Amino acid sequence: MFKKILIANRGEIAVRVMRACREMGITSVAVYSDVDRAALHVRKADEAYAIGPAQASESYLRMDKILDVAHRSGAEAIHPGYGFLSENAKFARACVDAGIKFIGPTAQSMEMMGSKTRARQHMEKAGIPFVPGTARGLTSPEEAEQVAERVGYPVMLKAAAGGGGKGMRLVHTRAELRSALESAQSEAQRSFGDNEVYIEKAIVNPRHIEMQVLADEHGNTVWLGERECSIQRRHQKVLEEAPSPIVDADMRRRMGEVAVRVAKAANYTNAGTVEFLVDQQKNFYFLEMNTRLQVEHPVTELTTGLDLVHLQIHIANGEKLPFAQSDISIRGHAIECRIYAEDPDNNYFPSPGKITLLLLPSGPGIRRDSGMYEGWTVPLDYDPLLAKLISHGTDRNQAIMRLQRALYEYFVAGIKTNISLFQRILRDEDFQAGRLDTGYLDRLLAKGDSKVSAHAPEPRIAAIAAGMFAVLDPVAATSGNGNASAPAPEPSNWKQKGRTEALR
Amino acid sequence: MVYDVSVGGKPHRLELEKVETGWKCRLDGKEIRVDAVLPRRDVLSLIVDGQAFEVKREQTPTDLHMWVGSTRFAVELRDPRSLRARQGSAADEKGPRKIVAPMPGRVVRLLVAEGAEVEAGQGIIVVEAMKMQNEIKSPKKGNVKKMVAAAGAAVNAGDVLAIVE
Repeated sequence: MFKKILIANRGEIAVRVMRACREMGITSVAVYSDVDRAALHVRKADEAYAIGPAQASESYLRMDKILDVAHRSGAEAIHPGYGFLSENAKFARACVDAGIKFIGPTAQSMEMMGSKTRARQHMEKAGIPFVPGTARGLTSPEEAEQVAERVGYPVMLKAAAGGGGKGMRLVHTRAELRSALESAQSEAQRSFGDNEVYIEKAIVNPRHIEMQVLADEHGNTVWLGERECSIQRRHQKVLEEAPSPIVDADMRRRMGEVAVRVAKAANYTNAGTVEFLVDQQKNFYFLEMNTRLQVEHPVTELTTGLDLVHLQIHIANGEKLPFAQSDISIRGHAIECRIYAEDPDNNYFPSPGKITLLLLPSGPGIRRDSGMYEGWTVPLDYDPLLAKLISHGTDRNQAIMRLQRALYEYFVAGIKTNISLFQRILRDEDFQAGRLDTGYLDRLLAKGDSKVSAHAPEPRIAAIAAGMFAVLDPVAATSGNGNASAPAPEPSNWKQKGRTEALR
Repeated sequence: MVYDVSVGGKPHRLELEKVETGWKCRLDGKEIRVDAVLPRRDVLSLIVDGQAFEVKREQTPTDLHMWVGSTRFAVELRDPRSLRARQGSAADEKGPRKIVAPMPGRVVRLLVAEGAEVEAGQGIIVVEAMKMQNEIKSPKKGNVKKMVAAAGAAVNAGDVLAIVE
């Protein structure tokens, strides 16, 4: 087994991987940019090395600096997390060349899957079901018009190198097609340095359901059940659950078998995810393969009882999968909320800044994977994901109730978070009934928040509390003017204690 | 202590008096049994007539919020003995309106030029933070009187980006 692993990432996922390392007796090596010196992943690591300025292109995306740290520290393997270099075939190859094990698939598998058009060409050969459209990039507006006529409007334009909704356009009529194609191509060029765009029939109100696979380096590949990821904003996932409310055992097996075929066709190794679009008749179509550990992997861990990061490390170490497909069973239900630093009252604008107060949920069926702590300043340079709150229950209803309870306990002040959004989703009738599709969240937000909780406290409680705060903790207690005249209180032991607790 | 407290814009008079057994509390003249403990800064354990609440205080440069459970109340608290003059509300539909950055970030591009006519809700400036590009919109119909922001500039939350008149 590896003695030392470098984690080429930051935030909650770096902390997640370091925890696995500590559990397995492996020394963890952190890398950090200038603004991340005080980040949680640096505090939790066994070793830590600076790799440059805040800008990711000068630090977390610098292969040379990361490989240099690997050599200096004596790390034998690199875990890339998600994002940053995790799906970069060049980096995977550079690791091999440097004699360092990349914990993930090979560069060849990544390259096959990294381009959506190339993946499509390979997968069509393997008999994988696809949404009707082109398997190659469009060469001209005329070709786009022809294909659109053939598959029928509405159609979706997509960047071949894309992800996260960049370079994507929904086109309803022929009149919109040319300008949409131009803007999709220029956005793809700007975002990915590649303007290749292809066309697909748009599935109306699709679900987004994905299948986790694991493959060892000896030809064994298994599927671990699906995740329902239909709740999205701006094409970014917000809440995920396993299993999907609409997938039964038979559909799960069929999706799983297709996912395994996809993985085998790509000679895939390590953990990966096969994404499907599912239409209203429950037909599923291959969308893409994510060649990394997903943000939402904990819901699969909770419903299978497996630790995916442990397994990733064992697989990278050359070991065989310790179980067969028939050993896998799905138990209970898990739901994950992605806690983002963004302001629900202000159009979900990002909200970086200092966390002045953090109260944490715990108790039965609750898991929290977090990269934040009280007193930490959330930098504005990176993704706004702060933490993930995951619940597990014997069934979906219990998982929902536990998550609602945990969200009630969760409190973050100083920055804005989307915690209130999850309370809204979880009490929504359509969500509770499992009536989901990728347009669900936009519709919910457009509806406005009319339904107020029956147990809403009375305003007089807030009035009394404001006064009690003022007499018990008088610093800057009155509004309208910052220069309160009361003396500063003694440093509070409670505060120190609270902070220590928060950081455990 | 006597406070003028407004919750969600509704005014109350709150009187708190330290007595041997705890606090004597009158809200709008009505006596209420209250017990309060501050387990840590900005967190209050409050018992009102046997009902227990955990209340969190959140303060920003402009606002004071009380979170009772997970419900947020906008609160203003004033000591009526203080002679501090009340500020009038500046939110006026007429006259120039400042467009401020809602969060720290970097100005990616300007969508209109100084002097341009804009509609209410029209995008004026794009600010990028945390990998997201955010269009900052005009709060009113009018002319862009002044464009303060420049493309590429770093801005802090609250910085004036443009003025629309």
